[in-house]
Amino acid sequence: MYTQALNQPETGPNAAEDAARLARFEARIDAEERIEPNDWMPEAYRRTLIRQISQHAHSEIVGMLPEGNWITRAPSLRRKAALLAKVQDEGGHGLYLYAAAETLGVTREELVAQLLSGRAKYSSIFNYPTLTWADIGAIGWLVDGAAIMNQIPLCRTSYGPYARAMIRICKEESFHQRQGYEIMLTLCRGTPEQKAMAQDALDRWWWPALMMFGPPDSESAHTAQSMRWKIKRFTNDELRQQFVDATVPQGHYLGLTFPDPELRFDPATGHWRFGAIDWEEFRRVLAGDGPCNRERLETRRRAHDEGAWVREAALAHAAKRRARAAAQKIAAE
Amino acid sequence: MTETPMPLWEVFIRARTGLAHRHVGSVHAADAEMALQAARDTYTRRGEGLSIWVVPSAAITASDPADKDMLFEPTASKPYRHPTFYTVPDEVGHM
Ligand SMILES: [Fe+2]
Ligand SMILES: [Fe+2]
Repeated sequence: MYTQALNQPETGPNAAEDAARLARFEARIDAEERIEPNDWMPEAYRRTLIRQISQHAHSEIVGMLPEGNWITRAPSLRRKAALLAKVQDEGGHGLYLYAAAETLGVTREELVAQLLSGRAKYSSIFNYPTLTWADIGAIGWLVDGAAIMNQIPLCRTSYGPYARAMIRICKEESFHQRQGYEIMLTLCRGTPEQKAMAQDALDRWWWPALMMFGPPDSESAHTAQSMRWKIKRFTNDELRQQFVDATVPQGHYLGLTFPDPELRFDPATGHWRFGAIDWEEFRRVLAGDGPCNRERLETRRRAHDEGAWVREAALAHAAKRRARAAAQKIAAE
Repeated sequence: MTETPMPLWEVFIRARTGLAHRHVGSVHAADAEMALQAARDTYTRRGEGLSIWVVPSAAITASDPADKDMLFEPTASKPYRHPTFYTVPDEVGHM
């Protein structure tokens, strides 16, 4: 997203100089200044950002797969056009984010290789299958809803290119959630079978959606430092609670019930209290053992391999045209 | 990975006639023509622009943030470059 010409690694460690630079860097963070690609930054800040932004980018890209599964079977042209546009947006989000990560000195090829080799993580939610059309409604409403909750504070994250990418993404996400909720509403106002489909989708997606916010604060390895550097503005648990508070009334409006017998409104705090999350399941899915992990990665690998000849041909064509233009220039002189 | 890196391009978009092109992000593409197409798909899905420039990222020369003070600080000591530095009596009216 920005020229990388000056992003060279620091030469020769100098502890005293680094301490002074770190103090200046932290003062800028405290003053709500944005950090830009060519500014000095601590290596840990750079690494944290590369990890977080690229995981986010991978999630957008892998996230196209569960929904892509239903494009050809959307129940109407209106739904198909909306789903196509949404999936195309997710591809765009992946690209904005890869570009933001690249400003930190990592190449697109490295990032893609990390995803395809299974070394990089992406959001656990995309390892669940989309079994019925109602899942497309539930994903838009819950998964994009959770993503929005996460992403709005990131519009103020301390790294400039990441914040700018998030602003673009947030502008586009609202339609994703609304089209999903509209699908749920249509099903809930339809036949009993359609409403049962919507309920089944909510039953299957609710807990995985809550896991999207990541492990509880007590176990989150990166939260404290990320908050100090204003990469994150709210903790995982704070965002999860915000999501539950916003979403439960929307589900009740649909006439649906949540698959959580402990869910209840706490009038003292104004929050919806929810039951225990199965963190064992979260860790399993994240470690590669969810229902669709293997299929998702295989699909990405196949797409990458089958596209290789296109990338090679495009580069060869560009090289040929450059050579031809150079030869013509020489001939004309 | 032995794959040849795809060149990087910076993308500038004119939102409306009368406005300057503004940097919006970057794309990877084999050549300028494909960079334009990729920029169109990536950055103008909702009527964001009427014109696109793509520039090879390597062609941009950026100032070094370390030179920020040397380059930009001197203007802070030149208030006489601003209209408010000069006194014009109220009776003269708006100037
Ligand atoms: Fe997205
Ligand atoms: Fe989305």
